[in-house]
Amino acid sequence: MSTLAAADGVAATTPTGTRFTKYLGAFTLAGVALLLLLGLVSTPADQNQGDSVRIMYVHVPTAWIAYLAFVVTAIASAMYLFRSAHSISWDRIAGASAEIGVLYMALTLITGSLWGRLTWGVFWEWDARLTTTAFLFVTYIGYLAVRRLGGTHDQRAKRSAIVALLAVLEIPLVHFSVRIWASLHQEPTVLRAGDVKMDGLMLFTLFWGVVTFTLMFVWLVVHRQRVITMEDAIESLGLDTALEARRREGQTV
Amino acid sequence: MNSVMTLAKAVATKDLRTEFRSRVVTNQVLPFAGVVLLLFAFAIDSDSTLARVSSGLVWMTTLFSMLLITQRSFDLETADGALDALRVAGADMRGVFVGKSGALIAQLLALDIVLFFLAVILFRVEPPAAGLGLLVVTTVLAAATLGLIGVTYGGLAAKAKGRETLLPLLILPVVAPVVIAATRATESALGVGGRKVSEGWPWTGLLGFTAVAFAVVGLFAFPALIEE
Repeated sequence: MSTLAAADGVAATTPTGTRFTKYLGAFTLAGVALLLLLGLVSTPADQNQGDSVRIMYVHVPTAWIAYLAFVVTAIASAMYLFRSAHSISWDRIAGASAEIGVLYMALTLITGSLWGRLTWGVFWEWDARLTTTAFLFVTYIGYLAVRRLGGTHDQRAKRSAIVALLAVLEIPLVHFSVRIWASLHQEPTVLRAGDVKMDGLMLFTLFWGVVTFTLMFVWLVVHRQRVITMEDAIESLGLDTALEARRREGQTV
Repeated sequence: MNSVMTLAKAVATKDLRTEFRSRVVTNQVLPFAGVVLLLFAFAIDSDSTLARVSSGLVWMTTLFSMLLITQRSFDLETADGALDALRVAGADMRGVFVGKSGALIAQLLALDIVLFFLAVILFRVEPPAAGLGLLVVTTVLAAATLGLIGVTYGGLAAKAKGRETLLPLLILPVVAPVVIAATRATESALGVGGRKVSEGWPWTGLLGFTAVAFAVVGLFAFPALIEE
C-alpha cells in the first residue's frame, strides 16, 4: 500500500474524507433529517394534490441539482480541454459530477413517475419535458460508458470531455421544451417571476430541499473524485509494475 | 481548404466504391430494412394505423439502417488501421469527416428512396403531388443530419471495444429531434391525418438547424476524437 502511495502521491490507506468533508457530511445528514421532518410532518397537505405534494420536496431539488451536475461536468470538461495545463483533476471532477447527476436524475424520474401516478393517474405522460429529461438521462449514461472505454487517462479525459460538451447542448432543449411544445406537465411553479403561489413553510421546505441536496451533491462529488484519483493511481501502478516485470524478464534472459 | 475538399472527395469516392463492390448495403442492409418494415406491419396489424404511422416507421427503419452502415464504415477503417495511417501521413481529419459523411448521406438517400417506395406498396400510402417538394427537402435534410451525427459519434466509437453496443447508446438520444421533425414533416408531405403541406415546412427548419449544428460540431470534434 505504501508503494502505491509513493507511486502516484495518493495514500490508498487514507480515507477520502477530510475534516471539511466530515463537517459537510454531518451537516448534510442533519439537513436530510430536517427535510424529512419538514416534508413529512410540519408542512400541510396541498389543497389540490393532497399528500402527494410532499414528493415535490425531493423531486424538484434532485431535478435542479441534476441539471447543475451536468453543467459542472460541462464546465470541468471545458476547463480540461481549453486550458493549456490539461489537468486531469478537471476530468475527475467532470466524471464524478456526471455520476452523481445521473443518480439524481434517476431519482427525479422515479419521484416524478410516482407523483404523476397520484396526480395525473398515470406513471408516464408523453410530455415534452418529461421525455426530453429521459433522453438526457440516457445521454449521460452514454457519457459514463464512454469514460469506461479504456486507454490512458488523458485519452479518457479528452474523449469524454468532447462528449460532455456535446451532451450539455441538450439541457436548454429540456428546460425550454415546456414552452415550445404543448404540454400536460405541471407548469413551473417556483421560477415563474412574480407568481409564487406556495405556502410559506412549503416554499421554505422546498428551498431547504435544494440546500440539502446541493450539500449532498458536493459531499458525494468530493469523495467520488478522490476515489477516481485512487483508481487512476492503482491503474498506473499496475501498468508500471507490469512494465517493470517485463524489464526484469528481459534482463534475466 | 482545398486539401480538405480533395481528401473528402477521395474518402467519399473510396467509401462508395467499396460499398458498390462489396454490395453489403444492397445485399444486407437493404433486405434488413425491408424486413424491419414488414415486422412493423406484423406488430401493428391494422391497415389504418399502419398508414397513419408509416412516416415514423420509415424514419425508424432509416435510423436502424444508419447504425449498421456507420458501424460498417468504421469497421473497414479500423480493420486495417487506415485511420491511423491517414493520421500519421498528416491528413487533415476534417477531410475524412466530410468525405465519410458525404458517402453515408448518399447511401442513406438511396436507402430512403427504396423505403418510401416500399411504404407506398406495403402501407398503402399515397403521396399527393403537392407534398413532393416537402418530401424531397425533408429526406435530404434528415439524411444529411443522420449522416453527420453518425460519422461524429462513429469516429468516437471507432477504436472502442464493444462499439457495436456503444454506438446506438450514444446516437439514439441525440437523433430524437431528427426523428420527430422528419416524421412530422413527412406526415405533412403525405397528408397523413389531414395535415397540410404548409405545416411541414417549419420542421424542415429544425432539421436544417440540426444539420448545420452537427456539421460545425463534427468538423471540430471528429479530428480530436480520431487523433487520441
